[in-house]
Amino acid sequence: MSAWLTLFSNALPALLDGALITLQLTGVGLVMGLALGLLAGLGRVYGNRPLRWLSVAYIELFRGTPLLVQLFLIYYGLPGIGITFSRMDAAFLALGVNSGAYQAEYLRGALQSVGQGQMLAGRAIGLSRWQTIFYVILPQALRLVIPSWANEPVALLKSSAVAFLVAVPELMARAKSVAAQTYNPIGAYLAAAVVYLVVVFLLDQFMKYLERRTRIPGLDAEGTRA
Amino acid sequence: MSQPVLVAKNLTKRYGKNTIFQNISLTVQERETIVIVGPSGTGKSTLLRCLNLLTHAEEGQIWLDGVEITAKGYNEDRARQQIGMVFQNFLLFNHLTALENVILGLRRVKKLSHEEARLRATRELERVGLADRSGHYPGQLSGGQQQRVGIARALALEPRVMLFDEPTSALDPELIGEVLEVMKQLALDGTTMLMVTHEMGFAREVANRMIFLEKGGILEEGTPEDLFERPQNERTHQFLSKIGDLHGKKASKA
Repeated sequence: MSAWLTLFSNALPALLDGALITLQLTGVGLVMGLALGLLAGLGRVYGNRPLRWLSVAYIELFRGTPLLVQLFLIYYGLPGIGITFSRMDAAFLALGVNSGAYQAEYLRGALQSVGQGQMLAGRAIGLSRWQTIFYVILPQALRLVIPSWANEPVALLKSSAVAFLVAVPELMARAKSVAAQTYNPIGAYLAAAVVYLVVVFLLDQFMKYLERRTRIPGLDAEGTRA
Repeated sequence: MSQPVLVAKNLTKRYGKNTIFQNISLTVQERETIVIVGPSGTGKSTLLRCLNLLTHAEEGQIWLDGVEITAKGYNEDRARQQIGMVFQNFLLFNHLTALENVILGLRRVKKLSHEEARLRATRELERVGLADRSGHYPGQLSGGQQQRVGIARALALEPRVMLFDEPTSALDPELIGEVLEVMKQLALDGTTMLMVTHEMGFAREVANRMIFLEKGGILEEGTPEDLFERPQNERTHQFLSKIGDLHGKKASKA
């Protein structure tokens, strides 16, 4: 145990360096995914036929194939048609489009649970359809989506380990080099696991805080009257 | 007589093969309070929704202040901005406080400044007796309070006509009075209103005209006295006396 603690404290600076890149991957992927998820989620529920079709195609394609395949296609495949990304950018893009597909589905569920009545009420005071969506339905859906959406940062953070396979020096890559240097793979990967665990815990706490802050008084999480 | 506020001519509404109502024509004059009654399933609510274009009649035309709003290319949002609607189940915006519910339309439809909208919304809430609840969310208000906010939200936009779709049907009996009181005051103030309700005591007291709708058509219309005292149609008499027993007393207490 004390031998592992020594390894852990020796490896910690490198692991934290890697964790920083992991967080960066997660953050950029999450934000990119949020933008794509909003577009695709709204498109799927409220878009006209082509927009709906496009949204469904995007969502099904990126939820239906492994993240690793997407990453390799972007990093190794796209250069074949003249589009080249750096390792980091390829990882950002893969995580972003992948997460966007999942976030779109979370949002779709929330949009649908807001209910048709709110649309009627918005139209009745003379708002246009898209005004009603933006001022009435989306604000409610974004609050409703938080409990299920809260899994996404954590899932994405863990998925970001695939970036290691295109040699992005994130947490997993650092663990691997620690394992090679110390000839102690169990110790090294255990140390990485501990760092992941701590980061995930902190992230979870933040999500819970967000959920509390955005609650609508008198309305419970499912959108029904308390 | 001056130009009517709302005119509907030969409206027919179908869902698939199902005809909800057929060839309904009606005229609403300024400052008039019209009550529509009739058994459920005769398309009373659908008729109201056709009038503000929330749903579309397959046939017929509608004019608002002499302008045909069912004409091709007419901006339907503009029509709805001038027709207020109050729903049976309130349909307040759940994520907004009472005050914000009223403000939204003033800001986005009437394009008022934030300050102006706030002032106007506050006045509207005072008018329905809810100034002290302005910071409450719909989920924190009683049904009667929610419906009064719903009325304020519609009134704030200064509509040419207000449509009420069974505004008290979803309320506990002891909360009906406060809503009817507000509506009575509106009628006294000369608000042009068209409402579907089962509150016969209320109808008798404030309606200028009543329309009895059955089986997708207007069976009879006239003043409340006409329909209650001298119904031309046996069916009208039957319905009104039955529903009067159920709803009449409650309402007269209001």
